[in-house]
Amino acid sequence: MLQARKATLILEDGTRFEGLSFGYEASTAGEVVFNTAMTGYPESLTDPSYEGQILVTTYPILGNYGVPPRREKDDVSEFYESDHIHARAIVAQDYSWEHSHWQADRSLSQWLTEEKIPGIYNIDTRALTKHLREKGSMLGKIVIEGTDDVDFYNPNLENLVAKTSCKDVEIHGDGDKTVVLVDCGTKHNIIRCLTRRGVKVVRVPWDYDFMTIPYDGLFISNGPGNPDMAQATIANIRRAIELGKPICGICMGNQLLSLAAGAKTYKLKYGHRSHNQPVRRVGSNVCYVTSQNHGYAVDQTTLPADWEPLFINMNDGTNEGIRHKTKPFFSAQFHPEASSGPKDTEFIFDEFIALL
Amino acid sequence: MTTPITNRNENVKKVLLLGSGALKIGEAGEFDYSGSQALKAMKEEGITTVLINPNIATVQTSDGFADKIYFLPVTPYFVEKVIQKEQPDGILLAFGGQTALNCGVELYRHGILSKYNVEVLGTPVQAIMDTEDRELFVKKLDEIDVKTIKSEAVNSVDDALIAASKLGYPVIVRAAYALGGLGSGFCDNEQELVTLVEKALSFSPQVLVEKSLKGWKEVEYEVVRDRFDNCITVCNMENFDPLGIHTGESIVVAPSQTLSNEDYHYLRKLAIKIIRHVGIVGECNVQYAFDPQSMDYRVIEVNARLSRSSALASKATGYPLAFVAAKLGLGYGLFDLKNSVTKETSAFFEPALDYIVCKIPRWDLGKFHGVRREIGSSMKSVGEVMAIGRTFEEVIQKGLRMIGQGMHGFVGNKELHVADIDHALKDPTDKRIFVISQAMQAGYSVDRIHDLTKIDKWFLHRLHNIIATRDELSTYNNIDEIDTELLRLAKQQGFSDFQIARAVLKDDMDNAEACNLKVRDRRKSLGIVPVVKQIDTLAAEYPAMTNYLYLTYNGTTNDVTYLHDHRSIVVLGSGAYRIGSSVEFDWCSVNALMTVKKEGWRSVMINYNPETVSTDYDMCDRLYFDELTFERVMDILDLEQPHGTILSVGGQIPNNLATRLDEQHINILGTQAKWIDNAEDRHKFSAMLDNLGIDQPRWRELTDMADIYRFIDEVGFPVLVRPSYVLSGAAMNVCSNTEELERFLKLAANVSKKHPVVVSEFIQFAKEIEMDAVAQNGEIKAYAISEHIEFAGVHSGDATIQFPPQKLYVETMRRIKKVSSQIAAALHISGPFNIQFLAKDNDIKVIECNLRASRSFPFVSKVLKINFIDLATRIMLGIPVERPAKSAFDLDYVGIKASQFSFSRLQGADPVLGVDMSSTGEVGCIGDDTSEAILKAMLSVGYQIPKRSVLLSTGSAKQKADMLDAAHRLHNNGFTIYATGGTHQFLSDNGIPSIQVYWPSQPDRHPQAIDMLHDHMIDLVVNIPKNLTSTELSNGYKIRRAAIDLNVPLITNARLASAFIRAFTTLSLDDIEIKSWDEY
Repeated sequence: MLQARKATLILEDGTRFEGLSFGYEASTAGEVVFNTAMTGYPESLTDPSYEGQILVTTYPILGNYGVPPRREKDDVSEFYESDHIHARAIVAQDYSWEHSHWQADRSLSQWLTEEKIPGIYNIDTRALTKHLREKGSMLGKIVIEGTDDVDFYNPNLENLVAKTSCKDVEIHGDGDKTVVLVDCGTKHNIIRCLTRRGVKVVRVPWDYDFMTIPYDGLFISNGPGNPDMAQATIANIRRAIELGKPICGICMGNQLLSLAAGAKTYKLKYGHRSHNQPVRRVGSNVCYVTSQNHGYAVDQTTLPADWEPLFINMNDGTNEGIRHKTKPFFSAQFHPEASSGPKDTEFIFDEFIALL
Repeated sequence: MTTPITNRNENVKKVLLLGSGALKIGEAGEFDYSGSQALKAMKEEGITTVLINPNIATVQTSDGFADKIYFLPVTPYFVEKVIQKEQPDGILLAFGGQTALNCGVELYRHGILSKYNVEVLGTPVQAIMDTEDRELFVKKLDEIDVKTIKSEAVNSVDDALIAASKLGYPVIVRAAYALGGLGSGFCDNEQELVTLVEKALSFSPQVLVEKSLKGWKEVEYEVVRDRFDNCITVCNMENFDPLGIHTGESIVVAPSQTLSNEDYHYLRKLAIKIIRHVGIVGECNVQYAFDPQSMDYRVIEVNARLSRSSALASKATGYPLAFVAAKLGLGYGLFDLKNSVTKETSAFFEPALDYIVCKIPRWDLGKFHGVRREIGSSMKSVGEVMAIGRTFEEVIQKGLRMIGQGMHGFVGNKELHVADIDHALKDPTDKRIFVISQAMQAGYSVDRIHDLTKIDKWFLHRLHNIIATRDELSTYNNIDEIDTELLRLAKQQGFSDFQIARAVLKDDMDNAEACNLKVRDRRKSLGIVPVVKQIDTLAAEYPAMTNYLYLTYNGTTNDVTYLHDHRSIVVLGSGAYRIGSSVEFDWCSVNALMTVKKEGWRSVMINYNPETVSTDYDMCDRLYFDELTFERVMDILDLEQPHGTILSVGGQIPNNLATRLDEQHINILGTQAKWIDNAEDRHKFSAMLDNLGIDQPRWRELTDMADIYRFIDEVGFPVLVRPSYVLSGAAMNVCSNTEELERFLKLAANVSKKHPVVVSEFIQFAKEIEMDAVAQNGEIKAYAISEHIEFAGVHSGDATIQFPPQKLYVETMRRIKKVSSQIAAALHISGPFNIQFLAKDNDIKVIECNLRASRSFPFVSKVLKINFIDLATRIMLGIPVERPAKSAFDLDYVGIKASQFSFSRLQGADPVLGVDMSSTGEVGCIGDDTSEAILKAMLSVGYQIPKRSVLLSTGSAKQKADMLDAAHRLHNNGFTIYATGGTHQFLSDNGIPSIQVYWPSQPDRHPQAIDMLHDHMIDLVVNIPKNLTSTELSNGYKIRRAAIDLNVPLITNARLASAFIRAFTTLSLDDIEIKSWDEY
């Protein structure tokens, strides 16, 4: 029998789940969230939107196909969504000690150890998920046997956008048109999706005054945490709205654009984190299966008169995107860049590029 | 938001649904499930439904599913007649497998659908044709740059040879328009190619020769599209066995396990691209070959209909594909429909699984003489199981137990005799998974097994974990000493209590049941018990009131809160479909559930067969999709604490649990375990019959050859021989002489004290009669006596059965009733039972008695229009019942149950009938007289009325004489009779002209029977073996096999042949009345 170290997940309400360690052996804390996707752990772990969170995968078996190599292509990571793991830890029912995939160059366990991220398994993740669904996302910590205990940590009290954003302006790709990408913790696939369409991407830090850059379109990335923390970005977007050039946002981008327009956001009970969220384009019979990862949502009843919902979640009726009634501003709460998840909504990028 | 009402096609008020007919290899119970779902969807819309399906044992052909049911062949001729009569507005083609689809395409091509203004609902016929015709299919996918397997369509053997030399061997050959890979196979050289292509061309005008991609992964997606172009993929599945093994022959897991996110969504996106381009409205599946070393792929095929995979996907995910597809066919958008599990969220979504399922095929190759054990591109399995759990180890071990062939999981089985492990790994047979186990135990590394099998190492590593745990358990010698964490790990890896006991106690397991209980007690005392989890389609993201459950050791909390109100009635289902037990027991199970519910109890089902209606979570209050082993049933009963448990409607599997459950003080409803045991135990039953003065064929349980010969001296040959332990081949046989007896016993096993043999006298030319009945406290409340067309010697599951009997003496009937009443009273029967009798002159003998529902319950219930299961269930619930007023004597029509054989799929198998069952399905048709019913039934199982010519080869003198009348009829009706030597002589002597043809053993004489078959000069072959000696069997074997391989109807029984010939020489197709069930 494999001798794995015991590890305990303790939630802030005192609930405990006993499991075994397969990652880095140090205790950690964060906000516990679950994701119902069945694939995509390398993408999710490196997704900056998971900054400060302990990721519970409801699909019970983890690590099957190992981890692809750390490689860069066109100045962004080839297989990851950023240059390191953002999640605080990962939790599963079962772990595949032996992986198998032609692209893998190491196991998930090795990777977690390298990046000093704990991973635990042999946890009843369905029971845990139901607990989170009923009580809402909550703080938790993982205590690994023989290591020091840690305090609970609430990432939502921090400006996570600032934490995950790039620190300097970067240029990606080349083209006649220039798109400013406000990096609130962007996934690399947003950059890939834009550059693949032949535009020059100027990636700027979250609070950067991009109005100084002559751009053809503004793109606001995804990002972690509470959108209210990114007041500097909201202020900049307000100025961009006045300028009137095309604006598009994804996830956090949708929330920031909404806040800039004058709407409000709120925290969902346990968020949307999955590959199977059904979304309908308002006023049409067109529906999409989308990849999502967000804990906050736009309260669409607070949208000003010249704005309207663009997409609606077909399960719970929450907002999945907004647009300006007359001007070229729109955004999506889901992830058209997928990675991980279904690629059915990549047309969002086409629609944005067509406006430039 | 658009209002739902507007999207529905309001012109459709009446719909015709085509069923798939008898269960056969490649087309089995899954279509009962999909058809039932479609009917349910129509009913919900208030649409009148008309169903054509001759499969009387199905759930869909029961009261309350369709408004009108026709037990008629699903062929263009009969479907047109029904359309003419019923004038439906729409037709559903996608729910009855390849049979319905092919029939629909024919109707469309001949303009019949447009002639009667019948709208095809769902996927348009053009799209069906685009996916079915290989050439059109490749062209269609070329248009969108989707890669298909490079193949060439040919119409002749010569063209096939040219194509193959261009592509390079190995190649794969497929017949177009064929179900389940019929006539398909791999060819390594020209010789193999010629044989295979010739055979394939006899089924299909077009044959495809393709480059083989052996060793690639095989991955499948189930895709749904509505007419608004919204698409979802409900499920993907990965085959454990790489390409080269038909998906129906593969172990399959869902979701895929070895695909990365990029792989998964790459193939998903392609699937959606394909479904849009082809223009499916409803459901289809896309099968891929996927390179294990890159992202290269080929589309293998697209099925533009509900399939076995879609049934599996529905059960794997909880997403009711057939139901949704039917609604989409009516014009709805996916956004109009609700997720039927959560009832709140949208049906437009893709299920998230928080468990893994594993499907394992069930083969019955041991039942056939001469069949090849290798599995490959053509389907041979007769059923399947699905295991649900939260680790791969757990599901594979559960699944291997579920297939029900005496295996306990991946380890802990009786040792397999594998001569050459390398060879057995490389050229897979139905036993390969156990060969892998053996190889691992023999020290083969994962890499080496991967090299030989190309099975992805992920699966192999996981299997190796099981071996490692077994080895660790083996270091203990005492159950009480096993380390707690190890015990828990073993259970998490799906070990049964028995496997644990065996690993620890090794050969010290004289009382296996006591050892199992010891493990059970130990782990329960340590709190190691399984938990119940729900299947809710959204991985617990949304609250769901789902009743779809499974048990796992990978978890700590139950999803269900048990009230322990003792209001549950647990019904045990029938497990995997296999020869001898299939959809008929599903019908029984479903009907029992319906009655339980109707009577105000909580209906609880345990079953694990994804092809069934009983595992549709709509059919009961709680569904445990789990094992029917003693261990698991006890786990569930511990949790459920039901009022009672019903064992008598699911066939032999639940019946076998009676004694052990009784020992645990489980309340078994109906006949008590003690009496079940009295009927099951040959000695006890025999003694009881002797006491009652009831006659039975003489038999003896013997342990040495001298005793066997002494007994045969007493009763004479032939004898029926049943060894208690069989190495391979049939479990019992009729032996006509010493040579046969010795050969069979040597083949079967050695005779010894430990392995006794049961020898019974075999009465020739006796009638076989079935008594199906329901009793309460030992008193018969309803009964149905039916007779076999064939004489005894053909297994009752293969026989053609007539109800009510038309040719039994009243005296015989009275005696049967009397004897049955005596037995019912003696065994205190409360519930369903069946007794088989032999009758010769007016003497009757009891052959067998089962204190459970039998295979013929749905048939007699539907012909008599008294639901025997409903009655039996009410009795088991302790409700007083009235004796139904009606009896079989009042019927002015006849029902015929005919068997469906799948020999064409079983390469090499001798298509001769014997005492062991070999049919895979059945139909039941009703007619005004025997001839009409038999004609309908025979046409329903694939026979055709011969046009010009019949080949007769009619066995022994007695059988020749029996067939004389039929031969006259053939002659008088203008048929050309071809006959082999003896038959030719006999016919001449009786003044019937015939043309002599020659056996393959007379190669220089002409014409050769086999050549004539190849040249399609014979429309029907009647080949009756004289006896079952090896010479006789091999003589006719080539002709019988050629008939099967060349798709020429074959009958091997004189009485059935006579009945069929009488039928088609007295009636023509036009004489057959198109009457629905309720019109009788």
